[in-house]
Amino acid sequence: MTSYIVRRLFATLPVMAVVALFVFFLLRFAPGDPAAIIAGDDATAESIAAVRVKLGLDRPMVEQFVVWVGQLLQGDMGVSIFSNLAVTRLIAQRLEPTVALTLSTLFVAVALAVPIGVVAAWKARKLVDRLAMAFAVLGFAMPTFVLAYILIYFFAVQWQLLPVQGYAPIKQGFWPFVESLILPSVALGITYMALIARITRASMLEVLAQDYIRTANSKGLATDRVLLLHALKNAAVPIVTVIGIGIALLISGVVITETVFNIPGLGRLTVDAVLKRDYPVVQGLILVFAGAKVLVNLIIDISYAFLDPRIRY
Amino acid sequence: MFRRILAGALALAVPFAAADVQAQEKVLKAVMHADVRVIDPVWTTQTIANIHGALIYDTLFGNDGNQKPQPQMVGKYEISPDRLTYTFTLRDGLKFHDGSPVTTKDVIASLKRWGAKDGVGQRLMGFVTKMEPVDDKTFTMVLREPYGMVLESLGKSQSSIAAIMREKDALTDPQQQVKEAVGSGPYMFAKDQWVPGSKAVYLKNKDYVPRTEAPSSFAGAKIPGVDRIELVWISDPQTTMSALINGEIDFYEQPTNDFLPLLEKARGVKLMKTGKIDSTQGMIRLNHLHPPFDNVKARQAMYYLINQEDFLRTIVGDPKFYRVCKGLLTCGGPYENDGGSELMKEYNPKKALQLLKEAGYKGEPITVLSATDHATITPATQVLVQAMREAGINVDAQSMDWGSVVTRRAKKEPPAQGGWNIFVTTSGGVGSSNPVLHTWIGAACDKGLFGWPCDPEVEKLRNAFGMAATEEERKKIAKELQTRAMEQVVFLPFGQWDTPIAFRGDKIDNVVPNTGLAVLWGITKK
Repeated sequence: MTSYIVRRLFATLPVMAVVALFVFFLLRFAPGDPAAIIAGDDATAESIAAVRVKLGLDRPMVEQFVVWVGQLLQGDMGVSIFSNLAVTRLIAQRLEPTVALTLSTLFVAVALAVPIGVVAAWKARKLVDRLAMAFAVLGFAMPTFVLAYILIYFFAVQWQLLPVQGYAPIKQGFWPFVESLILPSVALGITYMALIARITRASMLEVLAQDYIRTANSKGLATDRVLLLHALKNAAVPIVTVIGIGIALLISGVVITETVFNIPGLGRLTVDAVLKRDYPVVQGLILVFAGAKVLVNLIIDISYAFLDPRIRY
Repeated sequence: MFRRILAGALALAVPFAAADVQAQEKVLKAVMHADVRVIDPVWTTQTIANIHGALIYDTLFGNDGNQKPQPQMVGKYEISPDRLTYTFTLRDGLKFHDGSPVTTKDVIASLKRWGAKDGVGQRLMGFVTKMEPVDDKTFTMVLREPYGMVLESLGKSQSSIAAIMREKDALTDPQQQVKEAVGSGPYMFAKDQWVPGSKAVYLKNKDYVPRTEAPSSFAGAKIPGVDRIELVWISDPQTTMSALINGEIDFYEQPTNDFLPLLEKARGVKLMKTGKIDSTQGMIRLNHLHPPFDNVKARQAMYYLINQEDFLRTIVGDPKFYRVCKGLLTCGGPYENDGGSELMKEYNPKKALQLLKEAGYKGEPITVLSATDHATITPATQVLVQAMREAGINVDAQSMDWGSVVTRRAKKEPPAQGGWNIFVTTSGGVGSSNPVLHTWIGAACDKGLFGWPCDPEVEKLRNAFGMAATEEERKKIAKELQTRAMEQVVFLPFGQWDTPIAFRGDKIDNVVPNTGLAVLWGITKK
C-alpha cells in the first residue's frame, strides 16, 4: 500500500507540470490585458503600455514562463498583479470558507442522501421509492441559485431567522459560524443529495439482489442490520466515489453559491481573478485545484481497499 | 478531566469574548460598486481605489457641493497678482498614520507623482515650472502662465485624487503601485485585515484634526464618525439588496435600478441622490483612425441613430432617475449649454445611412465592441446595435467581457486586424461637467483617449478654458468648445442618469452626498 501511495504521489508531478504549462499559455493566449484593467477607464494607451512594461508583461512569453516556474520550484506562487499580495496569502484567506462550505454541504448531502437512497432501494418501486426519487430529481433539476434566493427570501428576509449573506469565521464564535453556513449548505447540499441518493439507490438495489442478502434475511436478521451492515457496506464503493467527486467539485466550483451567499471562497477568487486577468492568482489557483483533485482521487482509491477487502494494491 | 473541560470551555469562550468586543465598536458596513483590489489611488483611475484613497489620504483642497475648491490640508494660501505664484501653508496638526508630521517635502513629492500619472495632474504640471518648499509647512508653486484650474485640480474628487502620501511612498515610480497605504486622512487602512475580493477594513484615525467648516461633498470637516468602516464586496445585487433590507449592511452605493422601487418601500431604507449633478453620462466612442469614422460626415451621420430616450428607458427605466441631455458637458452642471445640440435633433436611421454612404461607406462591416457583463454598457450597446441594424448598416457586434473591451479598445490597428470602430462607455457626471476634467471631450490625437479624436481647435479651447480668469469667460468658452467638439463628434452622448445611494436611515446619520466619489468618513451610527 505504501509503495502504491508513493508511486501515485510521484505520478502527480507530470500531471502538475502539464497543468502548469497549459494554464500559463492558455491565459496568455486568451484576450484581455491586466494592464488595461489596472490603468482604469480614463487611462491613455501610453499609460497602459507603461503599466505593462512595469509588470513585465511585455517580455517574451517563454521568458515569463521560465521566471514563473523558477519561482514555483522555490515554493513561491508570485504576487497578485492588482493587490500586490502573495498568491499563497490570497489562497490561504479563502481556504477556510471553502473547506467549511464543502464539509457542511457534504454533511447535509450525505445525511439526507444515504438514508433516502437506502430506503428507496429497500422499498423499490413502491410509493416511498417514487416519492424519494421525485424529491431527488427535483433537487437535481432545480438550479442552485433559484433555491438559494427562495431560502434567502423566507429564512432571512421574511422570518429573519438566518443571515442573508456573509461568512463568519469560526474564531468569531461557533454559532455565528454555523449560522452563516446553514443556508448555503442546504442550497448546495440539495443538489448533491439528489446525486448521491440516486447512486445509493442504484448501488443498493444491485447488492440487495445478491444471494448473501437473501441468506441474511432467511436466517432472520433484523432488516436494519441487513440493510446497514450487509448491504450498505458492500454498496459503498460507488457512493464513496460520488462523494469524492463531490468534494473535488465543491472545492473548486461553487461560484454561484459563493456569489449568492457572499461566501469569500476559492470559487469566487477564481472567477474574479479570471475576469481581472490576474494571471499569477489564476495560475496558482489552478495548480491548487489540480493538486486537490489528485489528492482526493488518491484518498478515494485508498478507501476502496478498506471498504472492499477484495481490492488490493 | 475537569481541567480539560475547563480548558475547552475557555477556548470556546475566547472567540465569543472577542466577538463581544467587536460588537461594541461602531462599525459601518458599506457595499460599494466594486471591491478594493488596488491600494494606490494614483496608480489607477479606478473609482473604487479613489474611494479607498479618500478615506486614508488627505488632499490639499476639496471641491464642495458646488464644485468650488475649498482648503482642506491647506490652512492659508496666496495667489500672486500676476496669477503665476501660489503659496500654500499647511494647517496645524497634520500627521501621517505612522505618527510622522506631514511636511512640504511629502506634499511636493506627492504632487509630482500625481502630476506624472493623472490626466488632470499632467495638464496642471504642464503649467508648473517649479514647486519649492519655503519651510516644513509652506511651499510655492510657480506657473509659466496663468492657469485657472489649479485649485480645482488639486481638490477634484474624481479619479485620480491628488492624494498626499509620505515622501518615501510618493517617490515610488508612478507606473508602480505603492507598497504601503499610509496617509494622513480620517481613517487608517488595516492591511492585515484586507481580503481582496471580499472586504477592506479602515480604522478611525484618532489623531486626525478635522477642519471646522461644515462638510460639503469633498470639502469641509472630515470627522471620523465610526470606529471602523468595512467596505464589504457583495457581487450579487439581489443579495446586496436583501442584506440592506435585513440590516446586515448599512450603505449600498449603487443599487441596481430595477431594485429601486423595492428599496423605496423597504422599512428603514432611504434613497438619496448622489449630489447636485447626475452621477453618470453615457457615451458612444467612434474610432477616428479608421474608415468610415475617419470622415467627419460619417461621424455626424451617427447622431441620427441616437434616440436618448431609447437608451435611458432601457438602462434606467424610471424617468425620475434619468435626463435627456444633448450636450457633451453634463446637464445640470455649471457649464451646461446647448452648443452643437442641433446636431442631435432627430432619430432618422434612413438619413443616417444616406449620410454614411455620402461619406464613402460601402457596406463594410463596422466592428462594435459589445460588452456582455456590464449593468449599463451592455444594454446601451444592444440599443445602439439595434438602431444601426435598423438603418441597414453592416454591424459586426463582437461579444466579449468588459475586461476584453478595455484591452481591445486600446488597439490602434484597423478593425479587421484586431482593432475596432465603436465602443460604448460611461463617464462620471462631475468630471463630465468641466471641460478640463472631462478627459473624453479632449481631441489630443495620439495622446488622447481611445478613439483618438484629433482636433487642435478643441484642445486650444480646453486650454483657453483652463486659463480663463472669470466665470463668464469660462461659460463662453465652454459653449464654443462643446459646439466644436460636437461638430467633430468626439463622442456621441446618449443621456445621463443618477444612481441614488441606498442606506439604512434608521441606523446611520450624516450621509453626505457627493457625486462620483462616495464620502463615507462623516457617517455616524445611531
